[in-house]
Amino acid sequence: MTVIDQTAGAPAPGTTTAPLLEVRDLHVEFHTRDGVAKAVNGVNYSVNAGETLAVLGESGSGKSVTAQAIMGILDMPPGRIPRGEILFQGRDMLKMSAEERRKLRGRKIAMIFQDALSSLNPVLSVGYQLGEMFRAHQGLSRKAAKAKAIELMDRVRIPAAKERVNDYPHQFSGGMRQRIMIAMALALEPDLIIADEPTTALDVTVQAQVMDLLAELQQEFTMGLILITHDLGVVADVADKIAVMYAGRIVEDAPVHEIYKRPAHPYTKGLLQSIPRLDQKGQELYAIKGLPPNLLRIPSGCAFNPRCPMAQDICRTEVPVLHTVGDRRGSACHFWKETLGE
Amino acid sequence: MGRYVIRRLLQMVPVFIGTTFLIFVMVYALGDPVAAMFGDRAPDPATAAQIRHDLYLDHSLPAQYVHYMGQIFTGDFGKAATGQPVTELMGSAFPVTIRLTLVAFAFEAVIGIGLGLLAGLRRGRFADSGVLAFTLLVVSIPTFVTAYLLQYFVGVKWGLASPAVADGAPFGDLILPGVVLAGVSLAYVARLTRTSVAENSRADYLRTAVAKGLPKRRVVTVHLLRNSLIPVVTFLGTDLGALMGGAVVTERIFNIHGVGWQLYQGILRQNPPTVVGFVTILVIVFLAANLLVDLLYAVLDPRIRYV
Repeated sequence: MTVIDQTAGAPAPGTTTAPLLEVRDLHVEFHTRDGVAKAVNGVNYSVNAGETLAVLGESGSGKSVTAQAIMGILDMPPGRIPRGEILFQGRDMLKMSAEERRKLRGRKIAMIFQDALSSLNPVLSVGYQLGEMFRAHQGLSRKAAKAKAIELMDRVRIPAAKERVNDYPHQFSGGMRQRIMIAMALALEPDLIIADEPTTALDVTVQAQVMDLLAELQQEFTMGLILITHDLGVVADVADKIAVMYAGRIVEDAPVHEIYKRPAHPYTKGLLQSIPRLDQKGQELYAIKGLPPNLLRIPSGCAFNPRCPMAQDICRTEVPVLHTVGDRRGSACHFWKETLGE
Repeated sequence: MGRYVIRRLLQMVPVFIGTTFLIFVMVYALGDPVAAMFGDRAPDPATAAQIRHDLYLDHSLPAQYVHYMGQIFTGDFGKAATGQPVTELMGSAFPVTIRLTLVAFAFEAVIGIGLGLLAGLRRGRFADSGVLAFTLLVVSIPTFVTAYLLQYFVGVKWGLASPAVADGAPFGDLILPGVVLAGVSLAYVARLTRTSVAENSRADYLRTAVAKGLPKRRVVTVHLLRNSLIPVVTFLGTDLGALMGGAVVTERIFNIHGVGWQLYQGILRQNPPTVVGFVTILVIVFLAANLLVDLLYAVLDPRIRYV
């Protein structure tokens, strides 16, 4: 991902150079009884058709909130978007009417949620819930929608789709349920899919199957994919580029392989070191010390400074900008050179 | 499923025997029905003994109960004080009460669920507080107060509805008593719906429904309401049983000759066959309503299995 130059004009709508989705300087805050929680503080990223962007970060880093803002499913109030633009195919979705946005949801942008059991309606059959996409968006009859639902279930390789179309979510295994979620997202062949930790609730073996399926279908339909995760292992195989988020900001973005080879931010480095490795068996696992910041009181300067092993005085006073640190790479660290050089 | 129904039906037998025996004992404790027949004058002992023998009253209480139950199952509910068979009273009372129940039930379900949905969707806002205050008011005022007030103002003073119910209980006359009878249950239905809607509107699957780009109407009716009504339907089903027998106050105030009115007369005139007969039927209605609710549960929520 490239650093967004704030002075550059918006790309003309419809030109081929414009990315599929571009988030610019997005801010999201939540008004709570205890004050204003600043969940997203100036996020920039973009995704092209057929490209996979992995958004990485701990709980509370703002990765899911950004996704919900793109989908337009934030609860507002208490949520608020004071600043920013979300350009989809060149148009700012934040300026669209509610009805316009609803029509984009499911049809152009679809989302896959983390826990398929609670994300599917327990009292409606999966066939009904899949078919609903066609009935609501394309006005298909109940019967035609069911035929489409069976087709979709076949496509995500659910065995005996025809017999299982009338089953309820609780009658499926975790992996099969997540396939149904994927099928639902794919139903109308959207241009962009946002997958919010799609494999977190699954067994490791099933995780790989589901990720492979998702990646394969993405290639087949040349969709853009935003993969939200905290699992670095998942990312390496499928992502083209990575954006690492911390306290509502992007602290590092880079093509996927560079980040594994040479992280340019101490936080990314910490994340990479905390992956368990076979050759370190028996040794104590590395953990980034401290806790993620309270979003009501984000530390001044660099939000990561209280936990950073390299923190200096400047880190406590000055918010680092996203420095260009190489070809299509950025790092929001005052000491990115040192971090890279080590 | 079939086995479940059979088991439930079998479980009803002891409940039925227990409740009917209890009411039998209580009516028996009311006093001597033969003495009641003669009023102030003491009856001739020989005549009294003859009547007692004819009415099977010279046996022990359990024996009387068994005898009575035996008669009931052949369709003989005995005779009321007026000499009319109790079955005839039932024939005239139940259709009236069923009509009243239908009117009350319609108000309760439609307005109760409507208010609850409105409040649940606008949690913490004016409409929500309004519904909560209104339902609290309705619950706290006794039925006879609302009944007399509505009868006087709406029925007599403003003449908007009929203050009393004519013979045959036409539906138009039943609007006012229907509202009164529905009142308290309506408040419960509204509050139950509100809580359920508020809870379900935070559910993950609702977020999914929005993310699918479904129209708001579809999100609310198909996804939110469908799930939120499961506990409400349970309450409504049980309440249907209660409405069938519980209208003593309302029926008296609006002069409706239904089940409640007959029961009241039966108790007032110390007439055991009427009281026990009606209560027995009401027990059966109530048990059937409960079974239906439990079976309906499985239809509404496919996760529920009967074992």
